[in-house]
Amino acid sequence: MKFGVVVFPGSNCDHDAWYAASHNVGHQAEFLWHSDTDLKGSDCVILPGGFSYGDYLRCGAISKFSPIMAAVRKHAAEGGLVMGICNGFQILTECGLLPGALVRNRGLKFICKPVPLTVATSDSPFTSAYAKGAEILIPIAHGEGCYTADQRTLDQLEAEDRIAFRYVDNPNGSLRDIAGVLNETRNVMGMMPHPERATDPLMSSTDGLGVFHSLIASFATQAK
Amino acid sequence: MSQITPEVIAAHSITPDEYERIVSILGRHPNLTELGIFSVMWSEHCSYKSSRVHLKKLPTRSKLVVCGPGENAGILTIGDDPDGNEWCIAFKIESHNHPSFIEPFQGAATGVGGILRDIFTMGARPIAVMDALRFGPLDDLKTGPRNRRIVDGVVHGIAHYGNCFGVPTVGGETNFEPSYAGNPLVNVFALGVFRRDQIFYGKACGIGNPVIYVGAKTGRDGIHGATMASGEFTEDSMQKRPNVQVGDPFMEKLLLEACLEAMQTGSIAGIQDMGAAGLTCSTCEMGSRAGTGIEIDLMHVPQRETGMTPYEIMLSESQERMLLVAHKGRENEVLDVFRKWGLDARIVGEVKDDGMMRVRDHGEIVAEIPSRPLADEAPVYHRPYTTPLRPEKMDAPAFASKDLTADLFTLAASQDLCDKRWIWEQYDYMVRTNTVEGPGGDAAVLRIKETGTSVAMSLDGNGRYTFLDPRQAAKLMVAECCRNLACTGALPIGATNNLNFGNPERPEIMAQIVEAIEGMAEACEFFGTPITGGNVSLYNETLGDPIFPSPVLGIVGLMKTQAPAGIAFRNPGRDVYLIGGLGAADEIRMGGTQYAKQVVRDLWGLPPALDMPFEKQVQAAVREMVTSSAVESAHDLSDGGLAWALTESTFGRETGASIDLDSDLRPELLLFHEGPSRLIVSTSDPAAVEKIAAAHGVPALKIGQTSDGSLVIRNRGTVLIRTQVRELKQCWASALENLLHAEVHA
Repeated sequence: MKFGVVVFPGSNCDHDAWYAASHNVGHQAEFLWHSDTDLKGSDCVILPGGFSYGDYLRCGAISKFSPIMAAVRKHAAEGGLVMGICNGFQILTECGLLPGALVRNRGLKFICKPVPLTVATSDSPFTSAYAKGAEILIPIAHGEGCYTADQRTLDQLEAEDRIAFRYVDNPNGSLRDIAGVLNETRNVMGMMPHPERATDPLMSSTDGLGVFHSLIASFATQAK
Repeated sequence: MSQITPEVIAAHSITPDEYERIVSILGRHPNLTELGIFSVMWSEHCSYKSSRVHLKKLPTRSKLVVCGPGENAGILTIGDDPDGNEWCIAFKIESHNHPSFIEPFQGAATGVGGILRDIFTMGARPIAVMDALRFGPLDDLKTGPRNRRIVDGVVHGIAHYGNCFGVPTVGGETNFEPSYAGNPLVNVFALGVFRRDQIFYGKACGIGNPVIYVGAKTGRDGIHGATMASGEFTEDSMQKRPNVQVGDPFMEKLLLEACLEAMQTGSIAGIQDMGAAGLTCSTCEMGSRAGTGIEIDLMHVPQRETGMTPYEIMLSESQERMLLVAHKGRENEVLDVFRKWGLDARIVGEVKDDGMMRVRDHGEIVAEIPSRPLADEAPVYHRPYTTPLRPEKMDAPAFASKDLTADLFTLAASQDLCDKRWIWEQYDYMVRTNTVEGPGGDAAVLRIKETGTSVAMSLDGNGRYTFLDPRQAAKLMVAECCRNLACTGALPIGATNNLNFGNPERPEIMAQIVEAIEGMAEACEFFGTPITGGNVSLYNETLGDPIFPSPVLGIVGLMKTQAPAGIAFRNPGRDVYLIGGLGAADEIRMGGTQYAKQVVRDLWGLPPALDMPFEKQVQAAVREMVTSSAVESAHDLSDGGLAWALTESTFGRETGASIDLDSDLRPELLLFHEGPSRLIVSTSDPAAVEKIAAAHGVPALKIGQTSDGSLVIRNRGTVLIRTQVRELKQCWASALENLLHAEVHA
């Protein structure tokens, strides 16, 4: 399986995602430059964390105009896998691939720490390796990770089982403790916590491996 | 052109003698632009004119040192990767004290930005930052509200810059004293990694090579920042706010990636960042180092404001700029990379063979100064010194504790010892996924993915000790940094220092500087940690009141990659050993301790005694215990002494301890004296611990066992301390936030 990690100006977790996919999980991974229009045959596109365009104007608001995003939209529309982590999640909501928005943390401060999450659904290519309801430890590192959407959207997300992860001790004020969501067709996911930071026994946790293993399993099934 | 009057000269902080020297270098009177250029290059900040003769006493060499002081950062070799490539680390500490008082957020942010550029201008990718912060007391009736604002601004500034740039802030230390209320300290220690064959130096090599300006446009911000950083604070310092630079971490991130990518093309001959003294410093230093000259025309310099004079362009300290020299004919390769990253890159001049720094504006010469005298022949002062300024009291006041457990709670809730989580959780301490041990431990540990090894970093300084005895305190500081590294299993290999002091023109302050440097030199020599670079920050005074003399040391160590033991007791029922023994203590040597500060609320006497050979043996023993996995936890004794080290070891997993001591010392001394050369370890293999200690000839006292959630310390059967760990931890964990958000009681 091949992962493509998009590099926007200001992405700074691009290398971490690339390293997790290539070294810790052992699959192919390649960087994709934001002004290119070619996904280089990536099976799963990762929009990494960081501060694309310095978070100027609004997190993710400028990145959505990057030329690569047209290719990412097309890839998603054709059922291809897309995962946005942290700033990548913000970009996915800005460009409409995922509902809702991420606003400033309730405490108005940047927070970096490992937080417990519950796996809200195992019915997705991103979470199938986990048991539904399992508690996992994944780091967060964000200043604007408070998930917000209107009541109807939130109800719909719940009704359609599209909440991927929930916070156990909500650190940022996200509505309904939402840490990650899926699109309608379940091939696009965004999450604020960083699974790529939890894929190495030397780091605080290896619970993030499940996300990658889910993707690999789903791709293998698709390929058959 | 303005007249050069004695007033104009004085306003540039140039003395009459220095002016004479300028005239003799030039063979004529300078014009205003040239005077401005001399004033920044010969400022204390850029020229080290007061400290230079003493800095020469520091050891700077070892088998591992690739590049010592004088470049943008020191470089050490750390070994080969599996393919046989040799890898190096570049590291340095820098202060941004004065700007952080005037504008805490931008002052601290640009402090981070400045030191990061020093690292990546050499070709290294920054992988970690630590900070040493000193503030006024948060609960002071008069200065408290402002101190709290400064803390908030500084922490937010560091977080803003480091998080956005994508470098983890992996630890540091924060202390509070009244002497920092009008002059906080912000010292930033940064480290980067690269291959030895990828090192770049700040040299303008190759006559005829084009000189290229890259990065942010030049504005009027920060003009005379270096001169400001070299003066005392007075009532009108707040009017210097426009001198403080404004940082843009996004721009810096682009600059990092573009510089590293451009270096890969092989078309760059030399590169230097524009930090203090901006374009002036980079042009004359690059020429001076290479024995060449640089000629530039300011009309090519990208500017963000209109109507800037040559004086303003040359002295601007706008951030996120670099000057580089490309190999002639290959400049387009450089320009292409910067264009890809959306950055300005303009050819502004070329390297000349005449040793002159020549500045033109639309062809007309506006400054013409020989590079070497400007960069390297700043006046050097042998400033007179007497004996160090120190508190009057040598003898201890009468003190006796009524309730030692209550004293422990006092320490836990104190600003110096309380949990600093509120600060470091605002920093992304994990980005780049190398942080094996982050904030809250004795030292930070970063793995180096390429070599399969790790580097440990520790930062330390103690203003109270230094005020009591600068020479002794400097040795203790080196010993403690190395001891911190021993807890992670790392061997210390190099150091960087930041010398924060008051006005060197006062002989009793100059004496503090001299003694601290000499003490540091002796200890660094002994512990095998050459100083490969650093920073001097003088004139840290406000309205004549100096700060506590505050040298800060950053030490790096090398280790095999493995998860370090950590400071926390992991399991109940393990044996607890005090390696190094109970130590010697007396009333006079209690005067600089946290107990004296927080409980007796006084300062007297002397810092603890230090036996350096014994310290080295203790460290070697503990390092072996950690690397051979003989221990489950290791934590050094420093601030707060034995009782506090035990307390901190219980917090991680709320694992308690039952401790039985056997000592003649009175309980206040036994529990809280800060004698060095001691560490606490917990183990399930006591035989191994005792064997290693014996082999190194150091005492290993079995003092008790870890237990469930309570901490009990007895001496010869008498209970000195008894508490629930959870209660004590709660007190420790909530203290900082309570202090920061305290209502102002007038």
